[in-house]
Amino acid sequence: MNATQFAAPPRIEHLHMQGIVKRFPGVLAVDNVDFEVKAGEIHALLGENGAGKSTLMKILYGLYQQDEGQVLINGQPTEIRSPSDSIRQGIGMIHQHFMLVPSLTVAANVALGMKSSRGWRLDLDVVSRRLEELSLQYNLKVNPNTPVWQLAVGEQQRVEILRALYKNAALLILDEPTAVLTPQEVDDLFRVLNKMTKDGHALIFISHKLHEVLAISDRVTVLRDGRRVDTIPTEGATKLSLAEMMVGRPVVLEYKKQPLQATSERLVLQDVSALSDRGDAGLNGVSLSVRGGEIVGLAGVSGNGQRELAEVIAGLRPATSGGIQIGGIETRGKSPSVINQLGLGYIPEERMIDGAVKEFTVSENFILQDHGRQPYVRGGIFMKFRTIENACREAIKQYEIKTPGTDTPLKSLSGGNIQKLILARELSRNPKVLVAAQPTRGVDIGASEYIHQRLLAERDQGTAILLISEDLDEIMALADRVAVMYEGRIVGVVERNAVTVRQIGAMMAGSSLEMVE
Amino acid sequence: MNEIFTASVFASAIRLATPYIFAGLGETFSQRSGVLNLGVDGIMLMGAFTGFYAVYITENLLIGVLVAMLTGLVMGLAVAFISVTLKAEQGISGIGVYLFGLGLSELLFQKLIGTPKSVDGFTAIYIPGLSDIQFLGIGEIFFKHNLLVYVAFALVPVSAYVLNRTPLGLMIRAVGQNPQAADAMGINVARVRYFTVTLGGVMSGLAGASLSIALLKVFQQNLTSGMGFIAVALVYFGGWRPFGILAGAMLFSFVNALQLQISGIGVDIPAEFAVMAPYVITIITLIFASKRTEKPTALTKPFERGE
Ligand SMILES: Nc1ncnc2c1ncn2[C@@H]1O[C@H](COP(=O)(O)OP(=O)(O)OP(=O)(O)O)[C@@H](O)[C@H]1O
Ligand SMILES: [Mg+2]
Repeated sequence: MNATQFAAPPRIEHLHMQGIVKRFPGVLAVDNVDFEVKAGEIHALLGENGAGKSTLMKILYGLYQQDEGQVLINGQPTEIRSPSDSIRQGIGMIHQHFMLVPSLTVAANVALGMKSSRGWRLDLDVVSRRLEELSLQYNLKVNPNTPVWQLAVGEQQRVEILRALYKNAALLILDEPTAVLTPQEVDDLFRVLNKMTKDGHALIFISHKLHEVLAISDRVTVLRDGRRVDTIPTEGATKLSLAEMMVGRPVVLEYKKQPLQATSERLVLQDVSALSDRGDAGLNGVSLSVRGGEIVGLAGVSGNGQRELAEVIAGLRPATSGGIQIGGIETRGKSPSVINQLGLGYIPEERMIDGAVKEFTVSENFILQDHGRQPYVRGGIFMKFRTIENACREAIKQYEIKTPGTDTPLKSLSGGNIQKLILARELSRNPKVLVAAQPTRGVDIGASEYIHQRLLAERDQGTAILLISEDLDEIMALADRVAVMYEGRIVGVVERNAVTVRQIGAMMAGSSLEMVE
Repeated sequence: MNEIFTASVFASAIRLATPYIFAGLGETFSQRSGVLNLGVDGIMLMGAFTGFYAVYITENLLIGVLVAMLTGLVMGLAVAFISVTLKAEQGISGIGVYLFGLGLSELLFQKLIGTPKSVDGFTAIYIPGLSDIQFLGIGEIFFKHNLLVYVAFALVPVSAYVLNRTPLGLMIRAVGQNPQAADAMGINVARVRYFTVTLGGVMSGLAGASLSIALLKVFQQNLTSGMGFIAVALVYFGGWRPFGILAGAMLFSFVNALQLQISGIGVDIPAEFAVMAPYVITIITLIFASKRTEKPTALTKPFERGE
C-alpha cells in the first residue's frame, strides 16, 4: 500500500520554488517567496520564529499545498500533493517535531513505508544490519532494536538522521536538526552533511544558531514575516549581518551582567534520587543549591538526568529519596500545583507536552495554572475575561509573540512563539525560584536575546534561577555558577569565572573536577 | 464435578468462540489502525441474515458465506466512509450502524422469510485420524467441528503474523500510533484505515454467517443478541493482540458453555447469576487489562494533516 522504493532516487540537480504563497486563517505565512537549491550545496534558511520557514518546507515536502506558485525540479514543473509524491521525487525531510512512532523500534521506524527486500514479509533484520553499518560509517550510535520511546531526544534526532541517510534522498530538508543536539553531536552531524554534499546531495538547513549557519552553509536565504529578504553567499556574511537581516534592526549578541548579589538559599536539593522512565536510576544522590539573585547553569549531555531533575523539582516525578526545599519549605511529595504556589516557575523542556495544551487558545494557555486564582477569577468561580485578555495582550506585546490573536489555538503558533508565551506566563507569576529547561531551544536570535535579558533581569530582582541548557554558550553568558551533570550525578559545581568551556566539556563527558584541573 | 467438565463442554466452548474470533480479529485490525468500529454487532446481524437467506434460496453454503462477506464489505466501507472521510465521532456513529443493522436485518427477515426456519448449514468435518483420539477427549474437543471453526482458529496466527511481521502490519500499527509520522513517511493514512475497517466489516459478516449457517442454522430477529459488542470488548481484553483475543474468546465462551451445562444438569444456581457470569468476568478482566502498551494511541482520533 503505497510503499515507497528508495533504491535509486532520481537526481535533483536543481530545485526551484517560484512565487510561493501560503495563507492560513488570519496569517499570510509565506508571501511570494522564491527559493532554489542545487545539488552539492547546503542552502541555509534563516528567519525569526514564525517567519515561514517550516511552512515553506512543508509545502516542498507535500504536507501543505501552496495557494500560489509552483515547484520546478530540474526545470520541470512538478506537482507535489503529498509526502509520497515528494518521496518519489527523492525529497526527504527531518521535521522540527519528530516524526517517529514511539512504540516501534528504531529499525521498524526506518522500515516504515518502504518496500521490504522480502516482498510481503518484513525484513527488520536486514534493515538493522544496514543501520548498524550506517551508524558505524557516520559515527551515529544507535541500537536498531530499541523502542523509540526509550530514547532521549538527542538519540531520537540521530534516528531521524539515520533514517534519512538510509533512504538516501537526493534532497534533504533539515528543519532545526541541531536544536536538540550537543556541540559534539552537532560536529558529527556536520561531518555527515559535508559528506552528503560531496556525494551530490542537495541540502536545506534551518537553524537559529548563526555560527552553525556560517560554518556549514554555502548560501543563506533570510525570511522575515513570510517574505524573502535576500539570498546571499555565506562567504562574507557575519553573525551580526545575518542577525540584522533577520530581525530588521541592530541586535545585541553579548550581555552586560550586573555584579552578583546573592541572598539566601532559595532552592535546596539534598541527596535526591529518582527513577528514569526506563525504571533505572535517573538521579543518583543529587545535592545542589541556588541562592536568590543568582543563576546556576546546569550543563550536561542530554539524557544524563537533567530532565528528571527538573521534573522532580516541579513535583512531576517522585523522588525516591532525599529532600527538596523551596524557600525553606519541604516540597518532596507535594503536588505540582502546591509547589507552584510556593513560588516555583517552571519552563519545561518538552513544552508541547508538559508546558501547554495545544488545543487551548493562547489566552487559556496563558492562565493555565492560575485559572482558579486572583487576579483572574472573581469569587473563586467567575473568570474575569477582560483582565485575562488584557494581561495576555500585554504579554504578547512585551514578548513580541507572533499570533493572530488571543483566541488562536496554540497549535497554530510557531515553535519559538509557543516558548515565548510559556516564558511570559511563568515570569508574570513572579516566581521565587525559576527552573528553565532549554529556554531558548528553537527560539530565534531576537527572541533569545529578549529571553536572556529577561532571565538576567529576574536574577537582578532576586529570583533564584536554575538554568538547564545544553547550549554552553548560553550557560557561559548567563550563569554565575555552573553545575555539570553526568549519568544522574553532579560531577562538579564551579564558579563561572573560574572555568573554561573546554573544562566544562570534559566534565560533561564524565571527568571529575579534580581531573579537569 | 466430572459431570460438569465434560469433553462436550470444551467442544461447545470452541464452537461458541468462533463468531467472537472472527469479529474480534476484524475489529483488531480496525482498532490497530486507530478506528473504533462499534457497529460490529449490526454488521454481524446483516451478515447472518444475508448469508442465511442465500443458503435458504440457493442451498449453496459457499454462496452463503460469500454473500455474508460481501454484505460485511459494503457495511465496512460505509463505516470507513463515516469515520475516515467524514471524520464523524466514532462512538456515536458506531451505535448508529448497529441500530441500522439490527433494524434492517429484522425488516428483511419479516418481509422475505417471516417465521423462523432452519437450513442445512455446515456439518462437522471429522479430521481423519485425529478425531479418533480418545485420550482426554481430544478427538471430540478439537477435531469434530465445522469448517468455519477451523478457519477461525487458523486466522489467529495468520492475523498475528500479518500485524507483526509484514510491511502492511507495520503500516497499520504506525497509522494507529502516530498517523502524523506515518503520513510523513509517505503512507496514505486514509487508505490504510479504509482497508482495515473494510476488512473488519468482512470478518464481521463472516462472524454473522458462522452463527446463522454453521452454529445455530437458524435466523431470528436480533440473532446475535449483543455478541458484536462482546467482540469489541474482547479486543481490549486481548490487548489488541490476536492471541489475546483468542484467549478472551475462549474464556468467555467456556464460561458460557459451562453455564449452559450447569443449568442443563440442574445444579442449584440462580439462572440470572449464571447468565451474568460471562459478562461480569469480562468486565473484571477489562479493568485489570486497561493499561497496555499495544493500545493504539490514535484510537478514535480522526487524522488531519498539519498540526
Ligand atoms: N497549521 C497552521 N495553521 C495556522 N497557522 C499556521 C499553521 N502553521 C503555521 N502557521 C502560522 O504560519 C506562520 C509561519 O509559521 P512557521 O511554522 O512556518 O514558522 P517558522 O519560521 O518555522 O518558525 P520557527 O522558527 O518558530 O519554527 C506563523 O505565524 C504560524 O503561526
Ligand atoms: Mg519552524
